Amino acid sequence: MSTTTAALPTKLWNGGKSPFNVEYGKLMMWYFLMSDAFTFGAFLISYGTIRFSSNGWPDPNKVFQSFPGLGSGLPLMFVSLMTFILIISSVTMVLAVHAGHNMDKKGVVTNLVLTIIGGAAFLGCQAWEWSHLHHEGAWWGLNPFLNADGTQSSTNFTNYFFTITGFHGFHVLSGVVINIVMLIMTLTNQFEKRGHYLMIEKAGLYWHFVDLVWVFVFTCFYLI
Amino acid sequence: MAQAGHAEHSNNGAVKEIWKVTGILTVLTLVELAIGFYMMKVTNASLILALKGSIVILMMVKAFYIVAYFMHLKHELRNMIMTIVVPLALFIWFIAAFLYEGNSYKNLRNTYDPYKKEQTTIKVEKKAEGHGEHSSESHKAVE
Repeated sequence: MSTTTAALPTKLWNGGKSPFNVEYGKLMMWYFLMSDAFTFGAFLISYGTIRFSSNGWPDPNKVFQSFPGLGSGLPLMFVSLMTFILIISSVTMVLAVHAGHNMDKKGVVTNLVLTIIGGAAFLGCQAWEWSHLHHEGAWWGLNPFLNADGTQSSTNFTNYFFTITGFHGFHVLSGVVINIVMLIMTLTNQFEKRGHYLMIEKAGLYWHFVDLVWVFVFTCFYLI
Repeated sequence: MAQAGHAEHSNNGAVKEIWKVTGILTVLTLVELAIGFYMMKVTNASLILALKGSIVILMMVKAFYIVAYFMHLKHELRNMIMTIVVPLALFIWFIAAFLYEGNSYKNLRNTYDPYKKEQTTIKVEKKAEGHGEHSSESHKAVE
């Protein structure tokens, strides 16, 4: 991250090097994430449009109110746990990227393992929540919940919930797989041989993006 | 957290920044949850709207901290920041236009389709609360 070289912006466009002062793969990761942001944005805006066009909508505090082992009547509790798991795994990912900058292999390995555990824990939570909701009779095309005002609800609520959290969960799963690949590459000294840990940085960008999307999904489905 | 200690020799500032941002994200999430819990007891519609609005603002602040510090976008060149952020500014228009459209569709349908409006105001009798199979049966009975 040698942003200090940006003293004279005109020189950046004289050719010979990236005007963004960023490695090619990292720039492409940013553009991929931008396109992915539009995909998630389209999903969430579609959800918002349908919700704004409906006369009633289920109350998330009535729908998502169970905690494994503690029963029901606990709105927001389980999703708070999921949110904190993802935030903490994002922090360990930053620490892994940081350790990579310092060529600290041990630090990269420790923090990548912690990040993978965090991602797996999040997926486990989501699997529990999905199976719990499915047990209650909710699925694509099935909505057992009433609107907040006690009127009949359409299946839009469950369709959007399962589609969007499923798409996000699939991103988490890919992120975990990518992080496992990064861990194997670190352990086999691939990055030591290359002389840099830039791949960890790209995997980190993807992982933070997954966390970022959860910030939006969490707000749109559970809080509002 | 052994990492934080180890890296201190080379780059103390960066690690400090990571923990500072972690603290900010945690506090923002706790505030969001506090508003969420408080909102359950509120019945005033305009107050609920204001609380939802403040949750959205906090969400945007969280997104800023993740992108700016965890993804290091704030430390990139201005060119680089602009090439990512400017296209995403389209979202402002997307969100405004689509939510307006959704709301307008609801109002038009309520005005010109009285049957639809009537259907969405019938309360479902709560006889078998809690378990899916029962309540979905009771739903069918209403229609």
